[in-house]
Amino acid sequence: MKMKNKIIHAIFDDEQDVLSVVKDLRDKKFIVNEVYSPFPIHGLDPILGLKETRMAITAFIYGCIGLSFGALLIYYIMISGVGKSWPMNIGGKPNFTFYHNLPSFVPIIFECTVLFAAHLMSLTYLFRNKLYPGANTTSPDPRTTDDKFLVEVLYSENKTDIITLLKKSNVCEINEKDEV
Amino acid sequence: MHKESKIRDPLILGNKTYHDITRDIARPVEGKANKYWWILFSLSAVLMLWGFACMAYTIGTGIGVWGLNKTVDWAWDITNFVWWIGIGHAGTLISAVLLLFRQKWRMAINRSAEAMTIFGVAQAALFPLIHMGRPWLAYFVFPIPNQFGSLWVNFNSPLLWDVFAISTYFSVSCVFWYIGLIPDFAMLRDRMDKKIAPMRKKLYTLMAFGWSGRAKHWQRFEEVSLVLAGLATPLVFSVHSIVSMDFATSIIPGWHTTIFPPYFVLGALFSGFAMVETLLIIMRKVVNMESYITIKHIEYMNVIILFTGSLVGVAYITELFMAWYSGVEFEQYAFLNRATGPYWWAYASMMTCNVVIPQLYWIYKIRTSLIATFILSIFVNIGMWFERFVIIVTSLHRDFLPSSWTMFSPTFIDIGIFLGTIGFFFVLFLLYSRAFPVVAQAELKSILKSSGSEYKK
Repeated sequence: MKMKNKIIHAIFDDEQDVLSVVKDLRDKKFIVNEVYSPFPIHGLDPILGLKETRMAITAFIYGCIGLSFGALLIYYIMISGVGKSWPMNIGGKPNFTFYHNLPSFVPIIFECTVLFAAHLMSLTYLFRNKLYPGANTTSPDPRTTDDKFLVEVLYSENKTDIITLLKKSNVCEINEKDEV
Repeated sequence: MHKESKIRDPLILGNKTYHDITRDIARPVEGKANKYWWILFSLSAVLMLWGFACMAYTIGTGIGVWGLNKTVDWAWDITNFVWWIGIGHAGTLISAVLLLFRQKWRMAINRSAEAMTIFGVAQAALFPLIHMGRPWLAYFVFPIPNQFGSLWVNFNSPLLWDVFAISTYFSVSCVFWYIGLIPDFAMLRDRMDKKIAPMRKKLYTLMAFGWSGRAKHWQRFEEVSLVLAGLATPLVFSVHSIVSMDFATSIIPGWHTTIFPPYFVLGALFSGFAMVETLLIIMRKVVNMESYITIKHIEYMNVIILFTGSLVGVAYITELFMAWYSGVEFEQYAFLNRATGPYWWAYASMMTCNVVIPQLYWIYKIRTSLIATFILSIFVNIGMWFERFVIIVTSLHRDFLPSSWTMFSPTFIDIGIFLGTIGFFFVLFLLYSRAFPVVAQAELKSILKSSGSEYKK
């Protein structure tokens, strides 16, 4: 099988045109490699065949880690470790057992959960998107953060079919590139 | 594509295209500051420096330079602390809670409201820090292994809850803000010409983190925004609840009430929206955002102010009722003393500014008038400051022992530090309005075709 190593960049003015073009291209089994847009296009993900993102699941896992961290930290400081050597009775809440004191530990355990979930999920998001300070943009056209939508099609042959299909839509520019 | 009723008022006025939005949002960053900006900036900077001088004097000499005394041992500083934290709450409400409720009008104001949150919380954090007297020992409040023998923090204490709540709130707000800013910094980066503004191009390249707007990135962006909103929503309610517990878990009459958490949260939203209006009514004019921050946006915020203001009024009356109904004479005296004692004028200002004046928003003409809204928002800011003053100072100044009854009056250092934080806040906000995209343009573009006035015809 030949590698699909040639690229067509089709530039659009309107997100509705992108939706219909991507659908037509994928119906005809052409490979839509990427869509660059200035804002999220709702309804594009299923048409483009993107899987659902798992960011929320990571947040849940990080939240669980934060919850355990908060609980263990408090358990060590107030009950088991330091708490053993410096027993305290504050407001009639002696620190012999964790669960008797739990109500006054809830706020900090909650804050730790949120702290871990929010920060670690955001870091995962940056990591997965390869976003870091000073990284260079990978968008082929700077106008895609302004008002243009760019559809990137990969192909090796039947270029004319793709061009004809694109020309039938409201495309405003078609650029061809040779290498990937 | 979103569909929206024709009857609903448009959120973006004028015949805007995507490119117009880009240009309008980038203009204040790319252009030069006008005269008014410089005047405001100089004034704020002078106030800020004066505040810093007062802080330095406090730290160098000691807390004795403040007006605090043995009876009223919490006063001016914690009033300002709670006031600033409260102001921060509107930003998170707008960006997180209104996102969960799918309120699209938030998109024009969330960026600035969240900037206000971050700058407000930064001012708030200054007060406990300088009240420590030795701010270089501030790390004592964190549970870190140390060399002082096993000296650890007390997890039963609401003051420690506050440390955790506020540091989590501050850092999560910053992250939420920045995740939203990345695509907008990318927009600015792509507009900058390498030859004309090489430094700025580099700066925005650095800050845009290499954003390119791929479909998968946008998908993750939306999910991360939604989850952060879901996390920030209980967080924002927990923060002011915990601030209220600094008072409510004590046994001081007038503080020891279970209504405090919801009452403080509502008050925070109330004052926060007032500050958002104070800032945005000026900002929309100075940076030409009238097409995006419209009268409709102001009206929606006024409705929230009316709602939360009325609930705060209900809370005041409930407190009075519960004091009487409890049958505890100390509690009854504390509230009687608030309304008729030597600080009656503070109580009267609070009642007038927070309960009576916002009722004017029932009148359509007033809640859609910019001048009226601006004046009323100032009243609410003042009223909410007095609310904290009333709760803190009037509850303390009549102690359990009549021999220790006394009054509190601020010194010029107290006033200087407070004015200094106002100056610092405006310095940060003015710098932000010149360097950051003040409206979340990527989000705004996504509603242009459903809520733009051109497309609603």
